[in-house]
Amino acid sequence: MRLSDKAEEILESMWIAIEEEGAAFLDLDLIGFALDDPACRELAGHALVEVRQGMLYFRPEGREEGRATIRRHRLAERLMMDVFNIKGEEGDLKACEFEHLLNEGVDVKLCTMLNHPTTCPHGKPIPPGDCCQQARQNGDLGVVPLTECKSGQQGEIAYIQTEDSKKMQKLMAMGVLPGNRILLTQAFPSYIFKVGFSEFAIDTALAREIFVRKL
Amino acid sequence: MSSACGEQQRMVRRVALVGTPNVGKSVLFNALTGSYVTVSNYPGTSVEVSHGTAKIGGQSWEVIDTPGMYAIHTITEEERVAREILLNERPDVVLHVLDARNLERMLVMTLQLVEAGLPVVLVVNIMDEAERMGLSFDLDLLRQRLRIPVIGAAMARKRGLDEIVQAISEYQPPSEPRVVTYSRLLERDIAAVTSRMSGSYQLSRRSIALLLLQGDEEVAALVRHQESDNAQAIEQAVREIAFVRRESFHLDLSMERKEIVRKAVQGVVQIPAERRETWGERLSRLAVRPVTGVPLLLIALYLGLFKFVGGFGAGTLVDFLEGTLFERYFNPWISGLVINVVPWWPLQELLVGEYGIITLGLRYAVGIILPIVATFFLFFSLLEDTGYFPRLALLVDRIFKRFGLTGRAVIPMVLGFGCSTMATMVTRTLETVRERILATLLLALAIPCSAQLGVIIALLSKVPGGLLVWAGVMTLLFLLVGFAAARLMPGETPMFYMELPPMRLPQLSNILTKTYTRMQWYFLEILPLFVLASVLLWLGKITHFFGTLVNAMQPAMQAIGLPKETAVAFIFGFFRRDYGAAGLYDLQSKGLLNGRQLTVAAVTLTLFIPCVAQFLMMKKERGWKVSVGIFFFVSSLAFGSGYLLNRLLSATGWV
Repeated sequence: MRLSDKAEEILESMWIAIEEEGAAFLDLDLIGFALDDPACRELAGHALVEVRQGMLYFRPEGREEGRATIRRHRLAERLMMDVFNIKGEEGDLKACEFEHLLNEGVDVKLCTMLNHPTTCPHGKPIPPGDCCQQARQNGDLGVVPLTECKSGQQGEIAYIQTEDSKKMQKLMAMGVLPGNRILLTQAFPSYIFKVGFSEFAIDTALAREIFVRKL
Repeated sequence: MSSACGEQQRMVRRVALVGTPNVGKSVLFNALTGSYVTVSNYPGTSVEVSHGTAKIGGQSWEVIDTPGMYAIHTITEEERVAREILLNERPDVVLHVLDARNLERMLVMTLQLVEAGLPVVLVVNIMDEAERMGLSFDLDLLRQRLRIPVIGAAMARKRGLDEIVQAISEYQPPSEPRVVTYSRLLERDIAAVTSRMSGSYQLSRRSIALLLLQGDEEVAALVRHQESDNAQAIEQAVREIAFVRRESFHLDLSMERKEIVRKAVQGVVQIPAERRETWGERLSRLAVRPVTGVPLLLIALYLGLFKFVGGFGAGTLVDFLEGTLFERYFNPWISGLVINVVPWWPLQELLVGEYGIITLGLRYAVGIILPIVATFFLFFSLLEDTGYFPRLALLVDRIFKRFGLTGRAVIPMVLGFGCSTMATMVTRTLETVRERILATLLLALAIPCSAQLGVIIALLSKVPGGLLVWAGVMTLLFLLVGFAAARLMPGETPMFYMELPPMRLPQLSNILTKTYTRMQWYFLEILPLFVLASVLLWLGKITHFFGTLVNAMQPAMQAIGLPKETAVAFIFGFFRRDYGAAGLYDLQSKGLLNGRQLTVAAVTLTLFIPCVAQFLMMKKERGWKVSVGIFFFVSSLAFGSGYLLNRLLSATGWV
């Protein structure tokens, strides 16, 4: 089932009003749609919503669809903010356009890449998808900064994120290279880690810039 | 004539030692050269380089120990100097020393040296500890793959030294040197740069091209100099490649090198599945955990500083040397001798008078300062050789960050307890100018040197509570001034990173060599000043200027509640801080000071202006403006604190 952009937007509005704000239905007038709008007919035709006395109610299938739609929207917002660094209104607008592309497993890929975020940039919850549940069950925490590791944990260096190229070179010369095994042995008062048979100490600021895939 | 000169130059051949810090370069250097070592600043920089000579294969060789470097593309000043040596001194052999336990990681630099076309001999050091961990090596295989001489060694036990000496004397450039081949993409980029080069370089063109692509400014300047016509075309090519690969050139290059090395060590190193934990690793773990590390530090300081330096050095040894040897036997004898031989009174005074070169200068230098400084340096070198300092650095990093410093600064700070002048020089190892200034200030103010410390501990241990008040004031001011200075002086928070060398049993020969080198430096630096101080004080006395100065300082002394005789100690203190403390010692033995006065005097004197030597070192390292600023700040703070402390102690009667 592939819904039109407009139909998806209606589902999102319904999700916010009904699931998050506790209303029983959505008043179409409030969001500026008419009952005979093709998008409404589309939703009713797929048996996702029910129209009673001019108000929209979720049917169980519609609630599932609304959940998936809002999830895609907020993931798109995270992508704009966190990765593309597009913030504010422009970010919101771009997210609205982008979300409709997140079908057929693209949302799962995006969610994994963003490391299964739980909230959107505005602080609203992102309903968890199957991929999030699975990750939680497997204890797969994805790629995290070294500061998030516990002492005694081993990982593989995923990447180094720093804007200072000297720092990057220093770290690389020390053997902090993507693909190398890293063992955190202590996290306070400084971070101590082993790469190969060498041991290094760094401060929190540097530890924040080393990203590790936990093993 | 010129050919004779050329012949002469070729007579002395050069070997340079390179490698990352803590792989045993200096131990190898000492083993090769014996004791004929000169340590000097590298021209134009403040980085120290050791030169020595060695007889190798019947020929005289000059041996150069370079500062630690991680890669041929340099970041720190030390690394730049190390590369300068490779570029300018044209060594006949380059010994790359590395740690067997980290062969794979450190071979990356070997690869760069080979690529640069340098005459590399690889020394795989610390084999003994690697074998103890269960690692095994096939160095013959590595030799074939790299096509350079490879020697397994354990320098701490002199293992492999003969082979190294032989490899140096028999060194022949490989007939078919190993070519480091990168991916097609990178090779194309290298070719785009090298094809435009026509100048001659100490390093291979490939190597120069890669350095240019990594944005090395020094090499860029060198290329501009060598390639007058092509320089622009080269720069253009480099700029284009740098733009196209702006996302990840450094990373790509590192990854390619890592992969080449990974292939090169396949089958060379056998790593056991189960790692054995050595006792050094266990001790290291105790030293870096705050819960166990802090008590361990306190125990080390108590035993080392208080018992060994303070008790044994400043107590037992000083009593014997100063009290017995000088006061009872040597001074009366030499005084009698000089008075008999030299008829002229002023000259008698200069040699054996109250401030005489022999009776005061030599007595202080040999009787008081020597035993204290020697025991301190012994303790410091012992700690240094175990590999403890980097662990201390990470332990205090969080606290030092509040002073705008990193844990790295703990090394000059601890050294400052030995000799603040030497420590001021060592602040140059800190990365930013801001850190250096802050560390210099704290050294000038609140860190007493060992000679001073020894005398002060000896003095104040007779005043109940005095030592506690003194230590409390010092700690408080250290924290306050450090905290305030870091806030008043704007600048970035420095980053902290440090390699932790494995902890090991200290080697007696290493400790003795290090102590000896430090003692030698100390005495070369201070003996002339002792003589100068004696001469100036003598001049002051016979011209009665000294008496005038003591009187002039009387109001200042009175303000902090001290008798005017204390001014003598302060004037001494200007020549050497330790001198000042020793002057107090004299006053106390004459019974001129009570407990409160002694405490106030000790605090003021410790805070008071650094000795002349330290001031000159500050000027040399930081320049006039900064050092004069620190001078005035420290002096006013010293007297201000003395004044307040005197008031406080008089009012409360704590001491």
